[in-house]
Amino acid sequence: MSTIVVFVEHAAGAPRRGSQEALGAASALGATVVAVLCGNGADAAAAQCGKFGAARAVVLDATAWSPDSAAIGVAALVRAEKASAFLASATSSGRDVAPRVAALLDCTLFSDCTALRKDGEKLVVTRPWLAGKLDATLRSSAPVLCATLRRNMFAVKETGGTAAVSKGPALGPGKAVLEKIEARAGGKLDVAEAPVVVSGGRGLKEAPNFALLEDLASAFGNAAVGASRAVVDAGWRPHSEQVGQTGKTVSPQLYIAVGISGAIQHLAGMKTSKVIVAINKDPEAPIFKLADYGIVGDAFEIVPALAQAVRKIKAQG
Amino acid sequence: MKIIACIKRVPTTDLQPRVAADGKSLDAAGVQYMTSFYDEIAVEEAIKQKEKHGGEVTVLTIGSAEASKEVREALAKGADKGVILVDNAWGGRDPLATAKTLAGKITELGADLVLLGRVGTDRDNASVGPMLAALLGWACVTDVVGLELGDGKGTARREADAGTETYAFALPAVITCQKDLNEPRYAGLKGIMAAKKKPLEESPCPPATSQVEIEKLALPPARKAGRIVGEGAAAVPALIDALRNEAKIL
Ligand SMILES: Cc1cc2nc3c(=O)[nH]c(=O)nc-3n(C[C@H](O)[C@H](O)[C@H](O)COP(=O)(O)OP(=O)(O)OC[C@H]3O[C@@H](n4cnc5c(N)ncnc54)[C@H](O)[C@@H]3O)c2cc1C
Ligand SMILES: Nc1ncnc2c1ncn2[C@@H]1O[C@H](COP(=O)(O)O)[C@@H](O)[C@H]1O
Repeated sequence: MSTIVVFVEHAAGAPRRGSQEALGAASALGATVVAVLCGNGADAAAAQCGKFGAARAVVLDATAWSPDSAAIGVAALVRAEKASAFLASATSSGRDVAPRVAALLDCTLFSDCTALRKDGEKLVVTRPWLAGKLDATLRSSAPVLCATLRRNMFAVKETGGTAAVSKGPALGPGKAVLEKIEARAGGKLDVAEAPVVVSGGRGLKEAPNFALLEDLASAFGNAAVGASRAVVDAGWRPHSEQVGQTGKTVSPQLYIAVGISGAIQHLAGMKTSKVIVAINKDPEAPIFKLADYGIVGDAFEIVPALAQAVRKIKAQG
Repeated sequence: MKIIACIKRVPTTDLQPRVAADGKSLDAAGVQYMTSFYDEIAVEEAIKQKEKHGGEVTVLTIGSAEASKEVREALAKGADKGVILVDNAWGGRDPLATAKTLAGKITELGADLVLLGRVGTDRDNASVGPMLAALLGWACVTDVVGLELGDGKGTARREADAGTETYAFALPAVITCQKDLNEPRYAGLKGIMAAKKKPLEESPCPPATSQVEIEKLALPPARKAGRIVGEGAAAVPALIDALRNEAKIL
């Protein structure tokens, strides 16, 4: 295994968590890891990539974010490095840029991979099909193995190394250019990223009752609120919180499903969670078949008690 | 405005798949098909933009000849013509091969706007749209929840991890559609009748060279059987105990 180029996203001067995982995955394969970062202000984050396994970090300056010009710059770097693989985290930006990089390299893309394995000099990937109803183990004859990695599936490796930072050619003007970002209210964690997800369904009866879940999420501190499609369709919660086949796929450490029956399309989005807890008043609800731990009963009684118990534990440290 | 909507016929979302005896393909017995969820949104957006700006909507698919059912549905809703590149090897095409074939046909047909689903609900690639744009050298915005077109240009809002991003772009462009973009209409009886007379071209698909070799398809390992820890709020201490001492995540 020669060189792997990793697309690193950055926020507030540091590599984003998903990119740290991608750097970890690349270094676990025993390759020389080269991080590539785009945009002004990437220098501080570039310097930190060594800590997560990168030998070098290359910054491609840009005055405005454009996924098409970023892809051209990144593909050129992958070529120049003669890399055997290109990895990105399956974040919204990773999924936007990586397919373009792959196409420019005349390579296919394996998106949202859940595992990567070395077999001699070749890589074997595992990725879900049919929203996780099937696991596909795949090999590629592409000259560069291009893949995006599902978040929370690959370990961050704090190697304590340092990366040599250099500048690559600045990115050209893009065909589609970012003009404005409207951040999600209150800097909330994205459901696909949060280590704990507390999701609610139709069992919560009406939109204001999601305050109970918001409170449980804040008791955990590192949690995001998710939702079933039924409540998104009813307009109680935004689509950005929907978990499932036509929403987000999540793999948190802990997933708590409250008042969610467990329809196949919902299960597809959360069944790779490490630990699943279900709270439902119907003991026959399909969600209990998947849950590690279940409580049968009324969410309105159980959720506040759970929030209180979690707060108590967190206060103890 | 010339608009192309790319659709794919995929298994229905309620499918409980079985792996065929070769361990590498989907057992086709009993599988039912539908237009991929997000492609319905692409078709709706194509028709809406035509209603606003005038022009023509072509529905384009690579798939088996049976996909004429899904293409006719789009024609019944208001698309003007359908093109099927007939390829019966559902398993044989990777997203790059699909994007290359679509790019070839789109170049031949000509277009100002190409709409696709954000992800096909079969292989979950979420790749064909941005790959197609990269091959054509066109602008592309993915996961779009709002689209405004003007004279030779447009703006699109995309759903990103941190919130909503707004992009300005020049036409021609490739847009991949996210759920919040619109609410697909139903075809009326009049539309269904009209669709029977609309042109539907079927031609053989150029052969694909896939870079993907399927080693194995398998059902994901079953989760370890769980248990009900109790009933009502009284069960909370038992749950906390299990999360702390068994699962060790609290
Ligand atoms: C093409 C397609 C795509 C889809 N994609 C998705 C998707 O991405 N995500 C998704 O979630 N769904 C999706 N669905 C919808 C899915 O089939 C279900 O309809 C949906 O998940 C049901 O949501 P729910 O569990 O909240 O509601 P319900 O099925 O109505 O379940 C409500 C549950 O709440 C329980 N309950 C009621 N009161 C209480 C109480 N006081 N305390 C505790 N429990 C209570 C009930 O026992 C019940 O189990 C899709 C469907 C289709 C056809
Ligand atoms: N065989 C196909 N024919 C036409 N369009 C396709 C085909 N495969 C994928 N697409 C389009 O590309 C989108 C994304 O597919 P994918 O990248 O496979 O997830 C789909 O929603 C379709 O709009």
